[in-house]
Amino acid sequence: MATEADFRTRLQDWLPKLVLAPSFAVTLLFVYGFILFTIVLSFTGSKMLPKFTWVGFENYEKLFALPAWNTAIVNIAIFATLYIVICTVIGLMLAIFLDQKIRGEGMLRPIYLYPMALSFIVTGTAWKWFLDPGIGLERIMHQWGWESFSFTWIKDGEMALYTIVIAAVWQTSGFVMAMFLAGLRGIDNETLKAAQIDGASNWQLYRRIVIPLLRPAFLSAFVILSHLAIKSYDLVIALTGGGPGRATEMPATFMYSYTFTRNQMGIGASSAVIMLMTIAAIMVPYLYAELKEKK
Amino acid sequence: MRLFGKTLTAAAVLVMSTSLVMAEDVEVLHWWTSGGEAAALNVLKDDLATKSIGWVDMPVAGGGGEAAMTALRARVTAGDPPTAVQMLGFDILDWAGEGALGDLTSVAAAEGWDTVVPTALQAFSKADGKWIAAPVNVHSTNWVWINKAALDAAGGKAPETWEELVAVLDAMKANGITPLGHGGQAWQDATVFDGVVLGIGTDFYKAAFIDLDPAALGGEQMAEAFNRLIKLRSYVDDNFSGRDWNLASAMVINGEAGMQMMGDWAKGEFLKAGKVPGTDFVCIRFPGTQGAVTFNSDQFAMFNVEGEGAVAAQAAMASAIMNPTFQSAFNVVKGSVPARTDVPNDAFDDCGKKGMADLAEANGSGKLFGSMAHGHAAPAAVKNAVYDVVTAAFNGEYADGAAAAAALAEAVAAAQ
Amino acid sequence: MAAVTQDTAVSTGRITRTFIYLVLVLFALFYLLPLYVMGVNSLKPLNEITGGNMMALPSQWTLEPWRSAWSTAQIGVEPTGLKPYFLNSILMVVPAVAISTIIGALNGYVLTKWRFRGDTWVFGLMLFSCFIPFQIVLIPMAVVLGKLGLAGTVPGLILVHVVYGIGFTTLYFRNYYASFPTELVRAAMIDGAGFFRIFWRILLPVSGPIAVVSVIWQFTNIWNDFLFGVSFGGTSQPMTVALNNLVQSSTGVKEYNVHFAGAILAALPTLLVYIVAGRYFVRGLMAGSVKG
Repeated sequence: MATEADFRTRLQDWLPKLVLAPSFAVTLLFVYGFILFTIVLSFTGSKMLPKFTWVGFENYEKLFALPAWNTAIVNIAIFATLYIVICTVIGLMLAIFLDQKIRGEGMLRPIYLYPMALSFIVTGTAWKWFLDPGIGLERIMHQWGWESFSFTWIKDGEMALYTIVIAAVWQTSGFVMAMFLAGLRGIDNETLKAAQIDGASNWQLYRRIVIPLLRPAFLSAFVILSHLAIKSYDLVIALTGGGPGRATEMPATFMYSYTFTRNQMGIGASSAVIMLMTIAAIMVPYLYAELKEKK
Repeated sequence: MRLFGKTLTAAAVLVMSTSLVMAEDVEVLHWWTSGGEAAALNVLKDDLATKSIGWVDMPVAGGGGEAAMTALRARVTAGDPPTAVQMLGFDILDWAGEGALGDLTSVAAAEGWDTVVPTALQAFSKADGKWIAAPVNVHSTNWVWINKAALDAAGGKAPETWEELVAVLDAMKANGITPLGHGGQAWQDATVFDGVVLGIGTDFYKAAFIDLDPAALGGEQMAEAFNRLIKLRSYVDDNFSGRDWNLASAMVINGEAGMQMMGDWAKGEFLKAGKVPGTDFVCIRFPGTQGAVTFNSDQFAMFNVEGEGAVAAQAAMASAIMNPTFQSAFNVVKGSVPARTDVPNDAFDDCGKKGMADLAEANGSGKLFGSMAHGHAAPAAVKNAVYDVVTAAFNGEYADGAAAAAALAEAVAAAQ
Repeated sequence: MAAVTQDTAVSTGRITRTFIYLVLVLFALFYLLPLYVMGVNSLKPLNEITGGNMMALPSQWTLEPWRSAWSTAQIGVEPTGLKPYFLNSILMVVPAVAISTIIGALNGYVLTKWRFRGDTWVFGLMLFSCFIPFQIVLIPMAVVLGKLGLAGTVPGLILVHVVYGIGFTTLYFRNYYASFPTELVRAAMIDGAGFFRIFWRILLPVSGPIAVVSVIWQFTNIWNDFLFGVSFGGTSQPMTVALNNLVQSSTGVKEYNVHFAGAILAALPTLLVYIVAGRYFVRGLMAGSVKG
């Protein structure tokens, strides 16, 4: 009996780790193994399929000499900044407004949220249409009598990037709203009431008390938005295809085209490594802070 | 049967092998998903069905096969390639270089493909002396499609030189229409540029785009070509960016635009709109390029498949593709011309007949060149480098043609 | 949680409220605009789209585009419509969502209630997998699937989606279970309840809200995936690939009304999930992931 009980407790000790083990093993292989593979690939002369002929840093040198890569880096910096800031501002505003005992909240919420449910093909087709001067907004305005109205951003190399910001904000700001709303609903009303008794105005209430309390929601929103920004591939392809010219090239579209359509897998892999390093630079400090705090 | 003496032996070989394995399937990866294209492909499917060969369809549309090529790479890497893949130009040779393609030489020898397929095409259907792909069609890309009414209003004479072309375009502009219907996508810009470069000279086209001679790529003639391209941009409306080519065709069809510089697939749009070649629209070679042809060719590359039955089905499919009846039926629907020179032209319209005659002439005189814009002049990396510069030039990013030519030479060198 | 009421204690004046309603409604219009454009134009004959105003209601209503997109549009060699691909998507999505959610729940349970040395490291490493760009895993993934004999099959696709989904599901469940009182688990342990028994009896019954979040997230991502579907779907391609074939066909007349109908058809399941489960979504987020 004693040995059996002993065995059972030992099993109980090991069981949690056994349950976790497959996920961990799978992550090691499919995430870190593949990252390692990509790093190795970036030092090889691979063209169409992986080939292990060592070329040192040649791919990286070529990469940074390419004007399109520089465009992609500038674009992602502009895009990510605008996208994250605008989404956060709109999301926070809508959440605070929705939190004011609004009639019809049950109807408004799904309306704000639904764009997140659509695939990029759907989003891209709809927005491409709407923004096209020949068939969309500009033409409607002309038909409605506003002849001088002009909105040709999507056809303009300087402005096309901002149409991607519009569509991307449209797609995810509702989701950010939901995260902030959840945060607001989690705030204890007693704190607010106490401040009100002290004579604080609504504005002060939100600025001094509520927004600082939403810190976790801000962090979650920042992480989710920045990873969506860096991975932004689908929307660009669907909306502008990287054009006009290559004006809206992003690191993700750059990487994809060099790896899969230009048969320069080595350069594609080196751009992927740079992307991964960027993601790590943003995520690792965040993860470290989050996890350390919770211990 | 009387027509094809050699086919008998091939047929015998095939009957022998196919009778061993009935109901074998071929899996076909392609991006022909629009109505007309699918109808054309169905001809092939039905033909195979009569030989008890099943058709497993794997359609992946988009971007001239870009998505399909990604899917293919995953399939090959996983060791599970499709039987046959629609493919263009250098992609075929690249895959052959990876050792991924099968061998059709026995079928080809039995049916005498060597003598009927134009030599410039064989460069993409054969690697190391082995047949690896079955060509379905030849598209030529140096066409101009002109609205007849707009042309009559602009003087009535189809332009034969660059100067005449500019004169016609100016006249059209004065008549208040968009002279050039065009869609701002990299491949469309490059298609126009193919014609411009070929118009400067056939030897120049060969030196710059086939041989990739740096002196030609960065030289004065290339600067002139870019100046002409930039000139053409001034005849395009402002809303051109990202426009699909068939919408540009529609502009020419309804008289909103005067002409379009596009490959022969544009003809299908005119015919579908009920327009008649010669009366409603005119098809000419890009001014200054009559006698020369830049082509691209859809081929079915045959991958290494395992099992005797699968190999036999693959061979039967290749044979069916090369059948003159199929070649005629398919290309009448598709707007292209057959990939073999011995197919009768009865079923084709005027533009199709002209296309077949031009192809035969260019093949005979050595002026049949692969199209840079469509991946038949240089490998993908170079082609895309050319796209980058051409599109940038078309969008006005260089000060003049000389700057663009210098950028081109540099970009091509970096891609090699 | 129970002490928290649903609404804020902040009160506002009449003018402010009018302004708030105005802003909320304007944004609702902004979000609805593309859906309206697609919906309206999917009910028009083609000539009304190319010739008319795209904001206008159809002068001649027709369901033909919908019928065409569903059952007769040209997707491949056969004019099958989207119908057969819909089933492919369902066969892939349902198991993938179920498996990744269950694994996420178990992982979250272990990481919060059966902690061990280095568990935060394990979690941190798993979390980073959420941020890997999918384009870079295509080639090595193809090698692995080929070795496993799963290339071009539905089980292969399910595997891929589960692998890249468990990072998210583990995150959700871990944060949710973290706020669940560990004392209850301790007490059950002392009573002699085992690992799975505690999970089944104590944690699972309260997991509703976070399960909804996990399911919505996974369902949307997997249903809308194109890249993995086109690369590893083989001949059982999902709905997104078929929609792409419909919208992207290279030649011929572009039937925009059919494209829009197809786009909405492809989006219907996810829309349905958001509308039906949307109210629980905020509740789930509130209970879990955001509170940190």
